[in-house]
Amino acid sequence: MAIREILSDDSSKYDFKDSTDTYVYRGKKGLSIEIVEEISRRKNEPEWLTKFRLQSYAHFLKRPMPNWGGNLSRVDFDEIYYYAKPSDKAEKTWEEVPENIRNTFDRLGIPEAEKKFLAGVGAQYESEVVYHSLAKDLEEKGVLFLDPDTALREHPDIFRKYFATIIPPEDNKFAALNSAVFSGGSFIYVPKGVKVEMPLQAYFRINAQNIGQFERTLIIADEGSEVHYIEGCTAPVYSSESLHSAVVELIAMKGAHLRYTTIQNWSKDVYNLVTKRAYAYENANVEWIDANIGSSLTMKYPSIYLLGRGAKAETISVAYAGRGQHQDAGAKMVHLAPDTTSRITSKSVSKDGGRTSYRGQLHVGKGASNVKSYVRCDALLLDEESKTDTYPYIEVGEDSATITHEATVGKIGEDQIFYLMSRGLTEVDAFNMIVMGFLEPFTKELPMVYAVEMNRLLQLEMEGAIG
Amino acid sequence: MTSYLQIQDLHVSVEGKQILKGLDLNIQQGEIHALMGPNGSGKSTLANTLMGHPRYMIEKGNILLNGESLLDLSADKRARKGLFLAFQYPVTVSGLSVSSFLRNAYNAVRQNGQGEKKKPPSYLEFKRVLNEKLKLLEMDETFINRYLNEGFSGGEKKRAEILQLAMLKPSIAILDETDSGLDIDALRVVADGINKLAGKELGIAIITHYQRILRYIQPHHVHVMVDGRIVRSGGSELARDLEEKGYGWIKENK
Ligand SMILES: Nc1ncnc2c1ncn2[C@@H]1O[C@H](COP(=O)(O)OP(=O)(O)O)[C@@H](O)[C@H]1O
Ligand SMILES: [Mg+2]
Repeated sequence: MAIREILSDDSSKYDFKDSTDTYVYRGKKGLSIEIVEEISRRKNEPEWLTKFRLQSYAHFLKRPMPNWGGNLSRVDFDEIYYYAKPSDKAEKTWEEVPENIRNTFDRLGIPEAEKKFLAGVGAQYESEVVYHSLAKDLEEKGVLFLDPDTALREHPDIFRKYFATIIPPEDNKFAALNSAVFSGGSFIYVPKGVKVEMPLQAYFRINAQNIGQFERTLIIADEGSEVHYIEGCTAPVYSSESLHSAVVELIAMKGAHLRYTTIQNWSKDVYNLVTKRAYAYENANVEWIDANIGSSLTMKYPSIYLLGRGAKAETISVAYAGRGQHQDAGAKMVHLAPDTTSRITSKSVSKDGGRTSYRGQLHVGKGASNVKSYVRCDALLLDEESKTDTYPYIEVGEDSATITHEATVGKIGEDQIFYLMSRGLTEVDAFNMIVMGFLEPFTKELPMVYAVEMNRLLQLEMEGAIG
Repeated sequence: MTSYLQIQDLHVSVEGKQILKGLDLNIQQGEIHALMGPNGSGKSTLANTLMGHPRYMIEKGNILLNGESLLDLSADKRARKGLFLAFQYPVTVSGLSVSSFLRNAYNAVRQNGQGEKKKPPSYLEFKRVLNEKLKLLEMDETFINRYLNEGFSGGEKKRAEILQLAMLKPSIAILDETDSGLDIDALRVVADGINKLAGKELGIAIITHYQRILRYIQPHHVHVMVDGRIVRSGGSELARDLEEKGYGWIKENK
């Protein structure tokens, strides 16, 4: 089964490295005005974008490191390669992709998954997208699924109209960094009324040591359209840190339905500091389905601004933290229009001293009457060493709002294990089944193949969970 | 070969408190035993100990299945050897569907432990057996899509236990208060189910502190348990005497 390799039933499957000798270009380590200019120059960007990058860089320098969330003291901006270009361009057939890179994605099962159940695929390797495809019928309907460079070249007006309007560089230090050096990612435009039935998938791969990956994704679902975007990411294991800092902007116009699914499985030396935000207009429906399994530290709080009457927002997330990992994840719902509803479901599992934090914000602005919001955070601790905490921030400016917040912290009970074991299941199986059950509200949202493989992946992570 | 369970001079304590104080009982495949006794006499302690709950400490005595001691075996291994416990209070496992649970358990009990893994039956084969058992127990097919014991009524929990019994086909089953908390209609359905499963292939110990389930199920042997021991054994007439005279009568006459 193809997707098995995407998520893999063998974690060592991600842990292979290609030589960097064949790269078309790799800049120097560290960040400077020259590097920012070099990236822009190599991409042949218009002047406005070069300026945008330089201003973003200036803001990045000014902005202090966040002193909340996780421990960022080991992030060394001088030790990172900000731009590495592995091939000439984003190819439209796998045959044209350089052989070693093609082999990588073969091993990850992407071309096979593409044939079976995806409407389009983007594959990014280091800083650049090396492959891009979209089903013919969707292309004919005017759907755009491109890397940002191509989008800017071929559709400059629409690109510029929306780019950085949801997340300006000044939003936070890492958004500023991304805005200065971004490369790769996805640009999607779905025209009015077009329903993309099968998911579009992007796959992000870091290969070399100390690489920073700064992809930029912008998705515009026009009125009444529907699209489901899935992203997956992996990297081989190194002993020094890599940095992944993406910016993802979503726009769901009136009545659009936009779902964004992430299965993040970076190796455990990647700092994953991502800004994700969506605007939902009248009666639009936006969903973030977000799994964080890998990385050393993740700080990610996908947010949805409900800007039009009747908009709906949902975030369902899973965080898994094993030894040495900290998942600081959550969600943010900003209700700025009446009759809007939001729901946050957060599930976390900590093991072997891993730490999960839920950080959530719920805001109901003045004039946003009849808001309904439901927040539920459940944490499962698999041993005494592990930790979890919640930081819910709630600001409600309207009396008519109905807000529900529930949080639980649980352990797996001896009686639950005994019950399952009395039916012939081994202790490990019993344990896994209880954890998988705990995560079921998340996994049931995934397409079947992904759900099966996500369970497999988690079971692997938890191996040896019982002392 | 006929399976048999032997309980010999069993002494058990929980958290330092002695509960079972020298209990002997033999159950053979094909027999139905009723084990009766007032609340707190140690019936559930016996049931949990037989199945291998780690909280129950065996101070003395032995439990043997087909002549082999179970004391060093964990609950899953006991299950794979053909022992089953229908719980008095089945726990909830949120997010785990009855069907997925049953599928895993169904495959697990077919692995007899040692050596190579047997190839599990196909999903279709499993589904066929499951549908047959659902019909036997007059249960709705949608039941198996629910999460294990989550939001189940008292009757549904007990029926789910009997469904598991039907699927796993043990040789010896302990049914701990499978009749408690049931209204009369539910009791009849559950008792019918047990009767349908009873027979040469299955040895049953029905644990109860009322005799009312015994109006539906005819035991071959009745045992009365008081304060961690079996104080009297007899035929089904013993249950009737108990109904008339209560446990006080036994305690006075022991
Ligand atoms: N887990 C336990 N911890 C402490 N005491 C227990 C535990 N289980 C049972 N007991 C005690 O053991 C005695 C027998 O209980 P139990 O076996 O449940 O009796 P029955 O099932 O006959 O009602 C009671 O006094 C009860 O309080
Ligand atoms: Mg009891």
